[in-house]
Amino acid sequence: MSSIDQAGKGNQGEIRYLTPLDIATKDKKKYCMFKRSGIKYLDYKDPDFLLRFINEQGKLLPRRLTGTSLKFQRKVSVAVKRARHLALLPYQADMLK
Amino acid sequence: MYFCEQFLIKYMNHYEAVFILNPVLSDDQVKETVKKFEDYLSKKGAEIISVEHWGLKKLAYPIQNKKSGFYNLIDFKAPPTVIDSFEIELRRDERIMRYLNVKLDKFADAWSVKRRERNTKKA
Repeated sequence: MSSIDQAGKGNQGEIRYLTPLDIATKDKKKYCMFKRSGIKYLDYKDPDFLLRFINEQGKLLPRRLTGTSLKFQRKVSVAVKRARHLALLPYQADMLK
Repeated sequence: MYFCEQFLIKYMNHYEAVFILNPVLSDDQVKETVKKFEDYLSKKGAEIISVEHWGLKKLAYPIQNKKSGFYNLIDFKAPPTVIDSFEIELRRDERIMRYLNVKLDKFADAWSVKRRERNTKKA
């Protein structure tokens, strides 16, 4: 261990990564917006809001991208499917956003 | 029979029906059809809370080769036995292109009250 410490102090020209560099590897922590803002019910009649959970082709975005908790992801998917049935949202689309 | 009715009244659920009417209809015909279903529900012992007309809206995809339709929403409380016959009635009517009946849970119930308040404020 001592020799490594010396090397770290001594030659600064050489690049050594014994201690991790503080590069931001992680973005801000994702959070479930429903839990945070206290929304209890998702309305299928409001397609503009549901647009947040849909990609450009009208597909549902995965939880790992939106950060929604499992409980609300289920509600999102039901709401989007209802909206699609009523032609408030398209089943398939291009350049939705 | 009397007992049965009492039972049904006790277990009324909150429902919401949205249906899309054919855009070819005139305004009077639209009102008439909505009235027809309102009457049907109240005849079956349902209690209508509110009726909303969203007017002629563009559809996200064509239904029966039509690109727009009249959206209508009926909010009502009814015993669960009514829904089956109500859906058959909706399906029989040619003027209706699409419909959706949803039972509202307690959160949805709270939201519908809030939504109605907001709508009345706007109007």
